[in-house]
Amino acid sequence: MTTSGSDATVEDVVRRVVAGHRDQRGALLPVLHAVQAELGHVPQEAIPVLADELNLSRADVHGVVTFYHDFRREPAGRTTVRICRAEACQALGADRLVGYAREAGLPLGETTADGSVTVEQVFCLGNCALGPAVEVDGRLYGRVAPARLGSILNGTVSS
Amino acid sequence: MNNSSHSAATVYVPRDSAARSVGADEVADALRRAAARGDFAIDVVRNGSRGMLWLEPLVEVATPRGRVGYGPVRPEDVDDLLAAGLLDGADHPLRLGVVDELPWMAGQTRVTFARVGVTDPLSTDDYLEHGGLVGLRAALDLAPADVVAEVTASGLRGRGGAGFPAGIKWKTVLECADSLKFVCCNADEGDSGTFADRMVMEGDPFLLIEGMTIAAHAVGASEGYLYIRSEYPDAVATMRAAIDIARGHGWLGKGILGSALDFDLHVRVGAGAYICGEETSMLESLEGKRGTVRAKPPIPAIEGLFGRPTVVNNVLTLATVPVVLADGAKAYQDLGVGRSRGTQVFQLGGNIAHGGIVETAFGVTLRELVEDYGGGTFSGRPVRTVQVGGPLGAYLPTSMFDLPMDYEAFAAAGAMVGHGGIVVFDDTVDMAAQARFAMEFCAEESCGKCTPCRVGSVRGVEVIDKIVAGTHRDENLALLEDLCDLMTDGSLCAMGGLTPMPVRSALAHFPDDFLGGRRSLEIQPVQATGVRTEGTA
Repeated sequence: MTTSGSDATVEDVVRRVVAGHRDQRGALLPVLHAVQAELGHVPQEAIPVLADELNLSRADVHGVVTFYHDFRREPAGRTTVRICRAEACQALGADRLVGYAREAGLPLGETTADGSVTVEQVFCLGNCALGPAVEVDGRLYGRVAPARLGSILNGTVSS
Repeated sequence: MNNSSHSAATVYVPRDSAARSVGADEVADALRRAAARGDFAIDVVRNGSRGMLWLEPLVEVATPRGRVGYGPVRPEDVDDLLAAGLLDGADHPLRLGVVDELPWMAGQTRVTFARVGVTDPLSTDDYLEHGGLVGLRAALDLAPADVVAEVTASGLRGRGGAGFPAGIKWKTVLECADSLKFVCCNADEGDSGTFADRMVMEGDPFLLIEGMTIAAHAVGASEGYLYIRSEYPDAVATMRAAIDIARGHGWLGKGILGSALDFDLHVRVGAGAYICGEETSMLESLEGKRGTVRAKPPIPAIEGLFGRPTVVNNVLTLATVPVVLADGAKAYQDLGVGRSRGTQVFQLGGNIAHGGIVETAFGVTLRELVEDYGGGTFSGRPVRTVQVGGPLGAYLPTSMFDLPMDYEAFAAAGAMVGHGGIVVFDDTVDMAAQARFAMEFCAEESCGKCTPCRVGSVRGVEVIDKIVAGTHRDENLALLEDLCDLMTDGSLCAMGGLTPMPVRSALAHFPDDFLGGRRSLEIQPVQATGVRTEGTA
């Protein structure tokens, strides 16, 4: 069964990750970051294992996973594009970037059908003097006009 | 390769993520390629950013006259610059002059930012050569109570927004008898318009480590946590690397610098919750819980992380402590106005021509910052408003531009200095939309613990929509006023308590935007490509 097979894998990953964080105080967030780094998201099957390992209730773990924007319940696309919508970027037309992405068939928070790109909003990347700012797979871009966002979305931005 | 030649010229290209966001890595690569071809002997140093962000990538070359700057440099400019004599500081259209002498830099009083952009952030030699550890060594020679007294006497107030005196907070922690105490640095203050924290962490990480270590000695703490927002991956990487290096040099760990002080420091990464910039939410998050706000009292100084006495300060506060100890309380106290002592790191962002970091003594006016340092808007249109102190700060009209930067003067004007972030908007901004956004943001980011914030913000969006649509306008204006009162008085923390500030200021200064009296301007696309600022810093 593929389901039980993947369950075992998730469980193995979670138990191994928790073991690596045993000596940390209040380790749940570092553990969740590490699980997501390995699996791309925090799957539902991870929650009872985390609860068991950390001596928490499932409700506690579920509450933490869903409280923070960073933790995903579903895998993201192969590329994640985050458009800053905080005030400094708004002042330079961040909403035009959001509109551009939407018109390109990439509404905020959604992943393309082929699983290539997820577009999200973020509130402040700390690039407020060189907005509008966009982050692509952890890399920051400044002064992003719609045309440049287009080439980023098309994967044509080198470097 | 000529890189190792002792005659190699030292060329600085920032590694700050803002500089990288506009091509600094590609410029550094182009310089290294030119060196690899054997045409030029270049030693590329990746420094922090000087904070003249509109000039990034700002390339500097060490010359006998000082460091000469060129910018903004594109990768394709590199060969031309080298041919023109970049390595000798020769003339070129991108040449700005000796960086320390540029008016933008020369007019500032760089205390907290003294090393940022000057040194290689991860070089311990650079750190020591530029005054690093002087403050910590001075602190270790003093009894903890004397360090606290020094910080109190300096007048240093928390740079995070509330402006609470740092020394008084530390004294409370020191006087607790617990065997285990913590120092927590809140590096999750991710307000729009705030990037000084990020620049310190990326540009001078040992400074923050030194400040936290002094705090540990002052209050008797043995463990420290640095809670950094996940939106700053470069800051996370730099701080982690710096902490490892510091441990290796005996700057952290057991018996720091040969003293009796044991202190270790851990980086924790946030997970995209704005509310975790609030100190008690941050503590909950560090404990592995949902980042909900705690009711105070008890204050974190007495019952903080895991119920232990805890110093919670933000990045700029802790990064300023080494300077206070190195130069003495008096030197710091002498800067500033009224009860706002020392310097503030103002951050100019949004629609601004010359955005970046301006560190000056308190008392500088908004006009000097926005017009003189900032050079007006990036779009070239008139400034309509600035939001000071983050998303929970007031929107101020240009008629209030002579307001001095001073905690008390701002509070008296219904605004706040906060962390010194200044976001500029041109005349195309719709202030009803900005007020609505303030409520929307609060609804999105509220931790949900208290009703005035959680429900009030959702109602706030609805009421503003009704006002703008002209539905029972007078009744809804009265309702909005009532709602703002309730949120201000009834919220558990500053998130709900301060959200009314941008809303009320927008309504007070720009009523026409809410009442349909202002014809919407045809919004022109901002010139966002191909703009090259001439080298006239």
